[in-house]
Amino acid sequence: MRAQFVFGEVWVGLRRNLTMTAALVVVVAISLSLLGTGLLFVKQVDHTRTLWQSKLQLSVFLCGSVAMSPQCTKNGPATSAQIGQINKQLSSLPEVVQVSYLTHQAAYQQFKREFANEPVMIDNTPADYIPASFEVKLRNAEADAANVTAAVTGMPGVDSVGNDSAILTKFYRLLDGARNAVIVVAIILIIAAILLVANTIRLSAFNRRRETAIMRLVGASNFYVQLPFLVEGMIAGLFGWLIAVALLTGARAGLDGLQQYFPFPVQLSTVDLVEVVLVTMLIGLLLCGATSFLTLRRYLRV
Amino acid sequence: MIHFESVTKTYPNQSRPALESVNLDVEKGEFVFLVGPSGSGKSTFLRLILREERPSDGRIYVAGRDLARLTNWKVPQLRRRIGCVFQDFRLLPGKSVYQNIAFALEVIGKPRRFIRKVVPEVIDLVGLEGKSHRMPDELSGGEQQRVAMARAFVNRPMILLADEPTGNIDPATSIGIMKVLDRINRTGTTVVMATHDAAIVDSMRKRVIELEYGKVVRDQSRGVYGQAY
Repeated sequence: MRAQFVFGEVWVGLRRNLTMTAALVVVVAISLSLLGTGLLFVKQVDHTRTLWQSKLQLSVFLCGSVAMSPQCTKNGPATSAQIGQINKQLSSLPEVVQVSYLTHQAAYQQFKREFANEPVMIDNTPADYIPASFEVKLRNAEADAANVTAAVTGMPGVDSVGNDSAILTKFYRLLDGARNAVIVVAIILIIAAILLVANTIRLSAFNRRRETAIMRLVGASNFYVQLPFLVEGMIAGLFGWLIAVALLTGARAGLDGLQQYFPFPVQLSTVDLVEVVLVTMLIGLLLCGATSFLTLRRYLRV
Repeated sequence: MIHFESVTKTYPNQSRPALESVNLDVEKGEFVFLVGPSGSGKSTFLRLILREERPSDGRIYVAGRDLARLTNWKVPQLRRRIGCVFQDFRLLPGKSVYQNIAFALEVIGKPRRFIRKVVPEVIDLVGLEGKSHRMPDELSGGEQQRVAMARAFVNRPMILLADEPTGNIDPATSIGIMKVLDRINRTGTTVVMATHDAAIVDSMRKRVIELEYGKVVRDQSRGVYGQAY
């Protein structure tokens, strides 16, 4: 195999249908970067999910001096006996890792800390409105919440059960939806890229029909006839991939810039980026190589 | 060298076969003219030898190989032993004389040093000394056909097939082309030339095979063109 000859042919081929090649490079670049974005998105969501998972807890609110639910209205504030009973019940559940009691004063202090930016809210909330609670840490915040909630709901002295993960689930659903949308668009673009590769190779085969006719006539092997086209498709794919890498690196920088707006880390590690970049390269090369090969089988028969 | 055994070739959607029960032998080193009107089966005959087509019936042996048993991936090996020249030259317009000839060796993976040695030799053989860097459009028709012959011969094939090589060339220049073909034949290469050129056939006094409606109607060892019986 004479590499110089093959690359010479490839260069001629790429130059001859420059506009097609350019279109191909752009489409491959966009589809791969969208796909990469989707994959980075998945990683980001996974990261935040594990991060939150350890912090999520169930809050079992107790009846206070200001009644919130009919049950509390009927029975009045939770008695210390009831509080002990609830504590015992919670501690006995296998899903529960840790139970801590938050007094109504401590809860109010925490409330004031969390809403420090909104004095109006604090001014309009009398201390009595913030009930005492049990903060319950679960083994698996999302899966176990329903069981534990059911176990204590309706017990005397229990006002209501607040579930952090229920709020986050909605947020995750939003993120998942966005991720799916990105991936769907990426797949549509990849289909477009496949069609473009097929067309580019076909055009290239047509442009070089004289050369290939002579190659077949003088007994060049199929490999020799087809390799330049194959390499041509893959080089276009490689260029597209390089652009996609640049775009993805830029996207990560943009994400880093967004950090200031989030209370939790949103940066992606370089390992994540490299992983995604390698996956997209593999997909890009496979896409271009396989499509070229299949197209050639149709248009360059011996 | 070429052996046809009751070969019939019918193209799809055609009632009359392009070749019908053709039996013939061409020995090593022979020079054969293939004559007959258009549509008599000359081109089909050449395409069958190249295995661009497969016969509908019968057997073909080329250079000792049974073409029916030749797998697709071995076809290139067969074609390396056969050179081809056409009426329309089929040169690559973007390549010089030297590059056109070298191309035939490059694509079969010959080493560069070998190419540098044999291409000038074959350029001399066809009488194009000093023109190796000309482009095809700077050459006359006769010179272009010489380039095509050099390309066909550069890999020293056992068989040279020529499909009306003088069809686009004036009679005076054709004589030169025939001299080159004769020179190639004298190196031991079997030459099969399909032609309409009566003057050339008559002057060369070589074996003549005449086809008509796909059948061999004449096979003469020192024949002339128009001698229908």
